[in-house]
Order: sequence, then C-alpha cells, then structure tokens
Amino acid sequence: MSSLRARPSLIAPAAWLRPSSRHRQVGMLGVITAAVGVWLMLPPLGDNLRTRTDSVELIPIYLGIVAIAAGLWAVTRAEPKWGWGAVLAGVLGIVLGFAAAEGSMADHEAVFVWSSLVAATLRWATPLIFAAIGGMFSERSGVVNIALEGMMLAGAFFGIWGADRFDHWLWGIVTAAIAGGALAFIHAVFSVHLRADQIVSGTAINFLALGVTGYLYIDLYGAEGTPPDVSEIPDVHLGFLDGVGFIGPIFGEMNLMIWLALSTVVLSWIVLFKTPIGLRIRAVGEHPRAADTVGISVYLVRYSCVTVSGMLAALGGAYLSIGFVGSFGENMTAGRGFIALAALIFGMWKPFGAFFAALLFGFSSALARSLPEYSEQAALLFETLPYVLTLIAVAGVIGRSIPPAAIGRPYEKQ
Amino acid sequence: MSVTPAAQPPPQQEPTTLAARFALYQRAGGVITPLLTTLLALFIAGLVVRFTTGASPLDTGRAILDGSGLTWLIPESVMDIRSVAGTYDDWPSEAEARLNAEINLQQTLIFTTTLILTGLAVAFAFRCGLFNIGGQGQFFVGAIVAVAVGAEVSGVGRVLHVPLVLLCAALAGAVWAGIAGILRATVGAHEVITTIMLNWIAYWIGSYLFSLGGPLQSDRSRQVPISNDVQESAKLHVFWGDFQGLHVGFFIAIAALVAFYLILNRTTLGYGVRAVGYNPEAARYGGISVSRNYFLAMAISGLFAGLAGAVDIMGWQYRYGQIDIQQSDIGFAGIAVALLGRNTSIGIFFSALLFGALLTGSNTRNLALPIEPELAGNMTLIVQGLVVLFVAADLVILYLWRFRKRLGLPRREPKAVGS
Repeated sequence: MSSLRARPSLIAPAAWLRPSSRHRQVGMLGVITAAVGVWLMLPPLGDNLRTRTDSVELIPIYLGIVAIAAGLWAVTRAEPKWGWGAVLAGVLGIVLGFAAAEGSMADHEAVFVWSSLVAATLRWATPLIFAAIGGMFSERSGVVNIALEGMMLAGAFFGIWGADRFDHWLWGIVTAAIAGGALAFIHAVFSVHLRADQIVSGTAINFLALGVTGYLYIDLYGAEGTPPDVSEIPDVHLGFLDGVGFIGPIFGEMNLMIWLALSTVVLSWIVLFKTPIGLRIRAVGEHPRAADTVGISVYLVRYSCVTVSGMLAALGGAYLSIGFVGSFGENMTAGRGFIALAALIFGMWKPFGAFFAALLFGFSSALARSLPEYSEQAALLFETLPYVLTLIAVAGVIGRSIPPAAIGRPYEKQ
Repeated sequence: MSVTPAAQPPPQQEPTTLAARFALYQRAGGVITPLLTTLLALFIAGLVVRFTTGASPLDTGRAILDGSGLTWLIPESVMDIRSVAGTYDDWPSEAEARLNAEINLQQTLIFTTTLILTGLAVAFAFRCGLFNIGGQGQFFVGAIVAVAVGAEVSGVGRVLHVPLVLLCAALAGAVWAGIAGILRATVGAHEVITTIMLNWIAYWIGSYLFSLGGPLQSDRSRQVPISNDVQESAKLHVFWGDFQGLHVGFFIAIAALVAFYLILNRTTLGYGVRAVGYNPEAARYGGISVSRNYFLAMAISGLFAGLAGAVDIMGWQYRYGQIDIQQSDIGFAGIAVALLGRNTSIGIFFSALLFGALLTGSNTRNLALPIEPELAGNMTLIVQGLVVLFVAADLVILYLWRFRKRLGLPRREPKAVGS
C-alpha cells in the first residue's frame, strides 16, 4: 500500500526510517523482551529472585505475552522473520516461567497441565474469534460495528432460549444467529440507509441488547435461572487421537463450535481475499464511490456484511451460553465483544491477524483464570492486557493499525 | 504502511462531523423532537410490557412516576396515596406516603446529579466533534481517586478535604480522558476505540484495587472486596433528608451546567471547541489549533466525569467496591442523557432528570410496580437504547430534509425503512 503512495525520491531515507525496518524493530524488540524474561528465570538470577518475591514467575509470562504481541504485530505488517521469532521467544519465556512456577510450587497439586492450558485458551478465544471475524466483515465493508458486544449477548440469550424451547442445541444456534442477524440488520438500516452516525447506532444496539436480553431473561426464567438440563453443543470426539501425548487432550475432545470457529477463520480468509465477493467487500470499504461506479451495489454489500457480522458475533455468544457455561446470566458477555473489537483492530482487520490476536487475548483470559493459584490480584491486572495492547496498537507511532479508508462514513448514492 | 493514508476528501457538500449535524438538527427540530423521541420510546416500552406480561402499561408508568417521587411536587390532595405507598404493608397515612415520596425524590435527584455530570462529559466532547464513549471509565477513575484521597488522607479538616478530593478526582478523570485526547490529537487514533479500551482498563484496575488484599481494600472487613469509608471530613453536606438524603453535590452539578454553557458560549476556548466541532478544516484554516482543541475538549469532558465519580462517592456511597464497579452503568447512561438533551445545558438537565426518575422509579425497592421490579429495571435500559436509536435516526431524516431544501437538490425522499 505504501509503495503505491510513496513518491520517488532522489535521496533514499535512512534505513531505520523506512517503515518496513521499523516493523522489524518491533519484532526485534519482542525477541529482546522475551529474552529478558527468560534470562530472569535462568539459574543464578532466577533462584536469587525467587527467594525474595512470591510471584516472580509472572514476569517471564508477562514479558512473553508482550513479546508475542510484538511478534504478531510484526507478522501482520509484513515482517515475518523477526515476528515469528518474537512469538517463539515469547512462548519459550512463558514455558520457562511456568516451569519455574511448578518447581517452586511443588507442594501444591499440579498447578498447570500444559495441554489443559492450551485447551482453555481455545475455549476462551472461540467467542472472540467469531465476533472478531464478524466485525471484520462489517468494518471491511465500511460500517463500524461497536455493537459486537450487544450482538454477542443476544446470541448468548437466544442460543440458550432456542435450545431450551426446541429441545436441541442446533435450534439454539439457529435462533442465536437469527437474533444476532436481526439486531445487526437494525444497525445496518440505521447506518446504511438512514446514514445515522454508526457509533451512535452501535451504542443504541448495545443498550437495547442489554435491556432486551435482561428483560426476557427475567420474564421467561425469573429467579430460577435457565434450566440446568438444557441441550448443549457437544464435543467432537476424535478416537484416533486418544492417548496421543500433548495433542490428544486438546484436539481429541474439542467443542464443535471451536472447530467451527477455526474453519470460519479459514473460510473468511478465502472469501475476503480469493473470491470476487471479497474484492467487492474490500472495494466498498476502501472507496465506495469507485465501487458504485463499476456497478457494485454498495448498499447490498454493506447490508449483507453487517448482517453476517451480527450472525457470527451471535454464534460466539451462543457458544458462550450453550457450549461453554451451560447457562445464561444478565450481561454475561461482560466486555468480550469489546475484546473482540480489540482483537480485530490489533490484527489489522485481517482474518488471521484477528485470529491470532483473539488467541493471544484468549490465552491471557485463560491465564487470568489460572493465576489466582499464585496471586488473585495479579490475575485481575492481567485482564487489562488485551485493552492495553490494543491501545498501544492504535496509538503506536510505528506502524499503527490503519482501518479501511471509508470506515464510519455513510455512503450517499448519486 | 505507516505512511498516513492520504486524507481522502469526503464527498464534501454536507457537514460530516457529529457536532455540525447536531447543530443543524437542533435548529431544525427545536424542543419538540426530543419530547416526541421520549414519548415514542416510552410508548414502545409500554407495548413491550403489555405483550409480555399483560400488565397495564399505564399502571406501570404511573407506578414508576410515583416511585420516582416526582409526585411529591404535586399538592397533597392530588396525590394518589395507594401507589406512592408501595413499601408499606398496611394502608399508610397521608403523611407516611408523603414522606416516602420525599425519600424517593431525594434518590431521584441524587441520580440526576451524577447523570448531569456524566452527560456533560459526553456533551462537551460532542461539541468538539468527538464521541467520548469513555465516560464510564473516567467515572471509575474519579470514584477510585475520590475513595483513595477521601479515605486515606485524614486530619486536613472539611474546608480543605472536600475541595481536595473533588479536585483530585476531577483531574484524574481529565487525565484519563486526556490520554484519548492526546492520542487523537497527535497520531489520530480514533477516540471511540481508545476510550472503549480505557473504560475496560479502568474497570479492571478498579477491580484490582478493591480486591481482597488489594491496595485500597478495607482494613476492617477483610473478606469483602470493598474500600474503606471516606473520612467524615470528606463527605458532602446532606441538606435534605436524613436517610440517604440529597447532598450539595446537586449544586455542584448545577454549577457544572452553568460552567458548561459559559465555557462554550462565552470564552475563546469554547469558540475554538465549537469551531473545530463544526468543521475542523475550516477551523484549521482560520488559525485554530485542531489538535489542541481535541485534547482540551477530551480533558474537560473527563473533568466532568471524574467529578461525577467524586460526587457519587462523597455524597451518598461513601465507599466503592468490586460489585459497584461491575454493576455501574451510569457513565454509559450519560450518552443517552447527552444525546436526548441535544448537548445543551438545559436539555441535559431535563434528560438527566428523566433518566434519574426512571432509574429510581424502576428500582427493585418499588413494590408498587405491577410487574417484577427487575423487569422494570431492564425496561429502563430498553428505553435508553430506543432513545439513542431514535436520536440517531430522526437526526438524519430531518437533516436530509432540510439539507436538500437548502441546496435546491432534487427532492428524493430517503427510503426510510420502518419510519
């Protein structure tokens, strides 16, 4: 993109000023960060530190996550070598941190089982993946969707309602998708046809979803809550993975929705970058006037994309209620829609970028749930991580996240 | 990719900033449309009540109105004692009913106080063309700092302590919003995204500070994630009522409304803010620093929200805890307040009063409600959502209508779905 815009210049800029090299620096920084974390854990220093403070193991873990974030950043900005290096180094730092933790906590029962942590990461990331990919469709077509939270919440409620009413989880998924799609359709009507401000409209949808789901929940289920025997989305059992060391426990018993989420990522990448439909979506998001000129219906594309985004976000919500938790509570999404938005921005509005960001944020959530073993307070602070990273990503002086050009701007046909 | 995308000039024949649209709308719609918006939202809410529970919407509305205590303002003879007396088992005397209404009215005004301030926080940024969706986070930061300074600092005397807490909390809010302002001003990061992130960062930092063993957790009750009470010297004077009465923070909010009006309309700063709000390009051309105004507008917005947090703590809550953070949405309600109030002082006062009354009237303590109180509480959220949605819509319809007339473009009615 930048190569198209950069004017030919007689004097080449210094190497460190070139954008690509700055992204490389972020990658290098990630590697260094992780290395510091690892170094802190190695014998002379590590043992010394450990005798003094309790939760020193958190340092390499924290640094490791920051390193992975830096790595993903570099990778999504076309600097794969250092980027993946930073990711690997970060993972190594985390592994060492845990190893140290287990060593020093020998008297506790097994604190962490590796594969269970990975499995937990996938579970926490799945709602985020659905919503982030949904948001990607909407925003790539030029409609800001800060209502992912509300659509996810609607999916969570109508998912369990459908599963309860029609006695099958499949109907739960269907009703969730319909509810999310309907909510998103309202958003589309207001932001595409009525040319309302998309943020105002999204805010309204969030309020509405919160009110409507809370209202119906009290009205239909009341104090008893949702029935405990509601039909839940099953796990997919892969027999041939039984007894396979690390992989078996993770992929052998994974929920159907997690598989669906993974395939959604691949599918959305194919749709967005390998098909004419995707080209149209991106054209509408970058330059609607030009798209209109060549005969693409801007309104149709935007309506479909926003509706699909609502359906996907609702699937994430449905997984939360009938796949993961098995019940519904008022405002049960608790900000996950916004984490998904964060993942989308952090991943530069790209399917795999959003996917890996969602995985990272899911990992930090999974970790935050396991950390109380060490320190409850550190776990709470851990929850800020996705938001802080995203704040840095949109603010970054170096290679900050740049949204589609026409995002948030209503289009008027001529 | 770090090259800033060439600013694509929007098809520029219409005001694109929010502030400009709102200004246009306000000139066109006057005071009638907010009233209609409210009535329509309440009407739809009534329909929902009718069809889901079968209860009479009018009775429900009446119960909410009575529960809000606004009927106290009406002479005694007109008051319907039965509905006011919800919390009494027996038939209450007229005096008891009136006392009950008085307590409810105090609660309504306490909510109104906070809502005015969080509404101002949204409105001030709006006037500069920015959408401060982070009132909630700035409110948290204000409340946290108010608890910290109010409870941990002692022995300074009321005359010093109260202003000190107010100042610290307001500044904290300003700093929190200022982060978003600076990012917008310097690197152009969209304030909606940054303030959303800052909201949740404040949420979790607050949860951490009040958690068991956290830095601000109470010394006395070690098993409850809640802070210490603020010192007596940091409490705001309660001038009406004994049990959770109305505190002088109400006048702080009124003063903030006046200040909002004066800053915007009578100072150079306000002129700059409004100019940038209407049209940043024109303002820049006229020699007004857009980035400076973006920063200042956000910081002043945060000032109001931080003040809201402080007043809430010092006036009636006196302490803050994890559960308060999880349940608070008064900062978000400020968005509805500002939008319904059309970002003007007087409008914000009345819409804050409306939402304050709705919050109190649909409170779970209001046993006179013909529907379950929890339902009524969620109904308030639905009304909020509908109000915001209608503001988004009627704004546009009116705007299109006026705009076409003015430019003499061929009239082509927008295919307004469902309107």
